Amino acid sequence: MSPAILFVLAFGLGLVGWLAGRSRAWAFRKAAPGGRINSLPDFHAWYVGLWVAVPTVLFALLWGAISPALVLQHVLADPAAAALPAFGFEREAIMGEARAVATGAAQAVFNSEAQGLVEPYRVAITRYETIGLIVTLIVAFAGGAFAFLRLRPDFTARTRVERSVMALLLLASLVAILTTIGIVASLVFETVRFFGMVSPLDFLLGAHWAPDPMSTGAPEGSSFGAIPLFWGTIYIGAIIAMAVSIPLGLMSAVYLTQYADASVRKVMKPLLEILAGVPTVVYGYFAALTVAPAVRDVAQAIGIANASTESALAAGLVMGVMIIPFVSSMADDSIAAVPQAMRDGSLAMGATRAETIRKVLIPAALPGIVAGIMLAVSRAIGETMIVVMAAGASANLTANPFASMTTVTFQIVAMLTGEGSFDHPATLSAFALGMVLFLVTLTLNFIALRVVKRYREAYE
Amino acid sequence: MNAPVPAAEAANSSAAPVFPDPVSPSKISARGVSVYYGQKRAIDDVSIEIPKNYVTAFIGPSGCGKSTFLRSLNRMNDTIPGARVEGEILLDGMDIYRSAMDVVQLRARVGMVFQKPNPFPKSIYENIAYGPRIHGIAASKGELDGIVEQSLQRAGLWDEVKDRLGDSGTALSGGQQQRLCIARAIAVDPEVILMDEPCSALDPIATARIEELIDELRGRYAIVIVTHSMQQAARVSQRTAFFHLGKIVEYGTTSDIFTTPREERTKDYITGRYG
Ligand SMILES: Nc1ncnc2c1ncn2[C@@H]1O[C@H](COP(=O)(O)OP(=O)(O)OP(=O)(O)O)[C@@H](O)[C@H]1O
Ligand SMILES: [Mg+2]
Repeated sequence: MSPAILFVLAFGLGLVGWLAGRSRAWAFRKAAPGGRINSLPDFHAWYVGLWVAVPTVLFALLWGAISPALVLQHVLADPAAAALPAFGFEREAIMGEARAVATGAAQAVFNSEAQGLVEPYRVAITRYETIGLIVTLIVAFAGGAFAFLRLRPDFTARTRVERSVMALLLLASLVAILTTIGIVASLVFETVRFFGMVSPLDFLLGAHWAPDPMSTGAPEGSSFGAIPLFWGTIYIGAIIAMAVSIPLGLMSAVYLTQYADASVRKVMKPLLEILAGVPTVVYGYFAALTVAPAVRDVAQAIGIANASTESALAAGLVMGVMIIPFVSSMADDSIAAVPQAMRDGSLAMGATRAETIRKVLIPAALPGIVAGIMLAVSRAIGETMIVVMAAGASANLTANPFASMTTVTFQIVAMLTGEGSFDHPATLSAFALGMVLFLVTLTLNFIALRVVKRYREAYE
Repeated sequence: MNAPVPAAEAANSSAAPVFPDPVSPSKISARGVSVYYGQKRAIDDVSIEIPKNYVTAFIGPSGCGKSTFLRSLNRMNDTIPGARVEGEILLDGMDIYRSAMDVVQLRARVGMVFQKPNPFPKSIYENIAYGPRIHGIAASKGELDGIVEQSLQRAGLWDEVKDRLGDSGTALSGGQQQRLCIARAIAVDPEVILMDEPCSALDPIATARIEELIDELRGRYAIVIVTHSMQQAARVSQRTAFFHLGKIVEYGTTSDIFTTPREERTKDYITGRYG
């Protein structure tokens, strides 16, 4: 009997509690003058049901966590356990085998030492399962009885149920937040370890990036200069990609909000948003197989002999296309949010549509547009697949768009999947890079959200 | 729906609408104008002569088509999808809906002030300079400065804002914003100014200022004002047209309309017995 069965039991008993609470409340309701009680019968039902199920589930979780330890303790107390090797792999293997046989997962033992432990295991497991089941039932009945006896015609079941719903929602949101905090904490921890081996100054200001994951001995700070990665990231994600996505995104937003018929808009807007749903690895193929060779051919045609197949330009162009929907949908929203009165005012002055867009709508929508661009940049610099597939691995510090370049995200992948051991500075550098990326995108998102908020307030 | 009106009905309906003015020549003449939103007819065969140098008030219950008709006078209805105008609207004798008519020029000549003040989110100076820039009216920065000052002065706002022309137009009070919008409209030196309930978002003091302003401005421009306030119509206008269900029921001098209305419906409306 595993914790899973305890869960099923909890829900089954919860259902029983639910039905019991409900029928009691209906009885109140029938008896009450005017047929009205404080809360609807369903709230009474939920109140009892929750009081049965929640403590039971909590107990099941707790029991799932501690019962293996209790079983182990029991087994080790057995005289047969004295013969076990003290530590290590062998001991684990023997105990695992004994447990497998005891629970019926395996037929016979391979190690003879395990045979003696099968029986103690079987006894311990049975004992703690029985205890678990009994306590579960007690908890369920105690919770249910407590709740059931509290029901009265004037009992405020509704308020209490609402409150527990709120607690549930709070819990759900905490999961996401706590996970984020956990991720950041581990990032910080590894980053600190990295900076213990390589000086932050070398890392942030050095212009030479060539970590050797196989090197031994003290790490050489001079090979951990991340400037070429930062430059590659900015050049691809914030310069080339933006040069594509800002004009195209803005123009499509203007077209969709100001010129397109309702019917055209209805088709075009979702189509554009589908772009945002294409998996980035698909863009990666497109960049590597179609755009990159084309870019190389163009480069060779204009006389750049040593143009490589991997280029910043190819990655940047495709990334730019990928983030068009981010720019355009934010721009679309903020242009559409400019009050009609503003547009009418301009048109009534004799301005043409284009003048109205250029001189009134876009300036008025600018904060929202800028925020959209910032979100798009933060998305672009965090993008990995396209650069992995099309930008290359060489850390070049150059402004030549046809050159192969590498980015922070690419190097994170390269370092983590490399040959180096986990505590090698080359591997740890991935965390420092991730930290930088995290801080930059966090800042961009934060500013963008602030800008959007301010701007929303401006138009109520 | 431009079918000729049957004789009997024509005789009946022509009694009120056309109001040739003996003193002031017509600036705008509307003849048999109907306005549709899709299939729906919001204005039904309206004819009216709007004189120069007077304030003409449009009054009538909500939804009777005052705004619709007003917006058709500078073709602002063109911006509404599905809106359609039939009939003739002449500005100085030329049809504004003829194909050769340039809407940009038309709106420079027929300005508009809206119900809710709608300054652009730009500086006070830029708000006024907007129109002159678009129409290329000022040849130099000095000239533009002159236009801005003169417009603000005519709108009675200059003294209040002359030290802060760089501040945002949206930072002014509601009444100041509305005068800014009037200044903006007169900066392109229009011939007609259309105002759609220009005071409905303002308090009585700001309203009084705008009314004064309208009175001062009428020497230079033909002004058409839509209002829900009988007192306001009586105070600022010399001509009043009473709209009902998309038609003009009665049109005449303001004093006639308010003292000796010919139609029962007009009388009911101005005495507040309507509906
Ligand atoms: N954009 C539009 N699309 C469709 N119908 C419209 C539109 N604007 C106005 N209408 C309709 O046309 C009719 C006249 O409206 P209009 O706004 O001209 O009335 P109004 O006299 O100005 O009313 P109010 O005094 O409330 O401002 C109304 O029935 C209205 O519903
Ligand atoms: Mg109106």
